[in-house]
Amino acid sequence: MATQSLRQPLRASKVNIHTRRIKSGIVSGLAVLATIIVIAPLVAILLYLLKQGVTSLNWDFFTKIPVPAGESGGGMENAIVGSGVVLALASLIGIPLGIGAGIYLAEYAGSTRMGNLVRFTADVLNGVPSIVMGIAIYALIVLPQKHFSAFAGGVVLGVMMVPTVTRTTEEMLRMVPHAIREAALGLGVPAWRSVLTITVRTASAGIVTGCMLAFARVAGETAPLLFTAFGNAFQSTSLNEPIAALPLQIFVYAVSPYDEWHRLAWAGALVLIVLIIASVALVRYVVSRGTLKGAS
Amino acid sequence: MGVGIEVSDLNAWYGSNHTLKDIQLNIPANHATALIGPSGCGKSTFVRCLNRMHETNPSARVTGKVLINDIDIYAEASPVEIRRRVGMVFQRPNPFPTMSIYDNVASGLKLNGFRSRRVLDEVVERSLRQSALWDEVKDDLKKKSGASLSGGQQQRLCIARALAVDPEVLLMDEPASALDPVSTAKIEDLIFELKSQYTIVIVTHNMQQAARVAENTGFFLMGKLVEFDSTHKIFTNPRDKRTEDYITGRFG
Repeated sequence: MATQSLRQPLRASKVNIHTRRIKSGIVSGLAVLATIIVIAPLVAILLYLLKQGVTSLNWDFFTKIPVPAGESGGGMENAIVGSGVVLALASLIGIPLGIGAGIYLAEYAGSTRMGNLVRFTADVLNGVPSIVMGIAIYALIVLPQKHFSAFAGGVVLGVMMVPTVTRTTEEMLRMVPHAIREAALGLGVPAWRSVLTITVRTASAGIVTGCMLAFARVAGETAPLLFTAFGNAFQSTSLNEPIAALPLQIFVYAVSPYDEWHRLAWAGALVLIVLIIASVALVRYVVSRGTLKGAS
Repeated sequence: MGVGIEVSDLNAWYGSNHTLKDIQLNIPANHATALIGPSGCGKSTFVRCLNRMHETNPSARVTGKVLINDIDIYAEASPVEIRRRVGMVFQRPNPFPTMSIYDNVASGLKLNGFRSRRVLDEVVERSLRQSALWDEVKDDLKKKSGASLSGGQQQRLCIARALAVDPEVLLMDEPASALDPVSTAKIEDLIFELKSQYTIVIVTHNMQQAARVAENTGFFLMGKLVEFDSTHKIFTNPRDKRTEDYITGRFG
C-alpha cells in the first residue's frame, strides 16, 4: 500500500481561509490588547500627575526653598538640586564600578569559580530590599561619621546601581561577535586595549541603556535616603551635610496634614518623573548623534 | 617589501585534537602562496599559527618553529608585535560596526597610538586605493559606518584596514568565500597587485582561484602538508596520488 499523501487538496485550504482570518484577527487583537494594558498605567500615572501637580507648578517651585508649615508659597529648589547632587555622585560610583565588573565577567572571568561568585553576588545584591541597603550604609558610613550626609546618600544609590549596570554590561559584551575581537587582535592591538576600545565601543548602545535603567530606578528611591541623605529644609550642596532630595521631600509633604503641602507633593512627583524621562532621553539623544549611518 | 616565512616541525592542537602534524614549509617573499585541501584539514589553523592567532583559543597549543624574516615568532617576539607585521583578512568580512569607514582603516594605527591627522589621512587614502575601494567610498569616509557597505566592499575595507598598519605578510583565510563572483574577481586582482609589496598566503577552497593568483600551492590533508610545489606543477603533474585525486575532484 502506498504511503498516504499528507498534502491537502487545494480546495480544502480555500474553505479554511475564513477561520484562518478569524484566528489571525484574534491573535493580533490579543497582542494589541496586551500592549494597551502595558502602556495604560504609565499614561494614567502621567495624566493624573499632570492634573494634580501642574496647578502648583510655578517659577517659585523651581527657585524657592520650602517655607515653614502654615505659610503659603515656597518651592523645592533645594530638593531638585539635592537630587542632582546625590544622583551625580551615585552615577560616579555605580557606573564605573558596574561597567568594570561587567567587563571582568564577560571578557576575563567567563565561567570560572570567581566569575560565578561575582555573578551570584550581583544577582543577590539586586534582590536586596532598598531599605536594607539604606540601613547597611547607615551602619557603615552615617554611624561612624555621626551625621547624615549627601555622601552617604550617593553611596547607597551608587551601590544599588552596580548590579544592574554589571549584568547588562556583561550581556551586551557577550553579544559582540567573536569575529570583531579577532579583527582587533589581528591588527596587533593588545588585548586590554581591544577590550576597552573595540568590544566596549561596539556594545556601547546597550551599555548606555543599562546605565540609564539603573539611573532611573535609583532616582526615585526614597527608603535608602531616609537613613543617609536624611533631607534638609535648606539649600545645601555640601557632600558632608544632610541634603534634600525630591523623593524625600515628596514623602514628607505627602504624609503631612496640610493641603498646600499635598499639592506641592504632587508637583514634586511630576517634576521627578519629567526630570528622569528628560535625562534618559537626553543621554539617548547624545549617544545616537554619535552613531553613523548604517551602524548596527 | 615582503619577507619570507620558514616553518619547521610545526605541530598544533585544539585540546587533545592534533590538527597540524610536523609541517615543514618555506614560503617565498613577495609571492602569493595558496593553501588548498578539504574542510578540517588544518589549513586555517596553519595560517593562524603564522601570526599567533591560534593561541587566542584557550585550549590551543603550538610547538615548532616559525621564522619570519629570520625572527623566531614563538621565541623572539610578542604576539602583539607579530600581528602588526603579519596582517590577516578573515573569511567573513568583519569591519568594526560602530566605526566610520575612515576609522576602520585608521583603527590599527590609532589603537597603537598614532595621532597625527596628516599621516592618518594619507595612510587611509593610500590603503583604500590599494584595496581598490577609494573611488567607491571617498565621499562618505566619515559619514558612513563600515557595516553599511556591501559584502564585497566590506571585505576590501578589511583588506585596507590590514594594509594600513604596513605589514610584511598578509594572511587571507578564504577571503572570497562569502562573496559573489564580481567581488571575488576584484579581490583576486587585488592579490595580484599586492604581491609586489607583500608576501601573501591565501587559504582557498576554490582551486581555480589558487591557480589564478598563486605561484606556489600547498595541499593539506588531515593535518599534514601532503605536497608543496609551484602551482603549475601541482595542478598539472602532482607527485602525490592524493593531490591528484583531490584536484581532479575524486574525493574531498
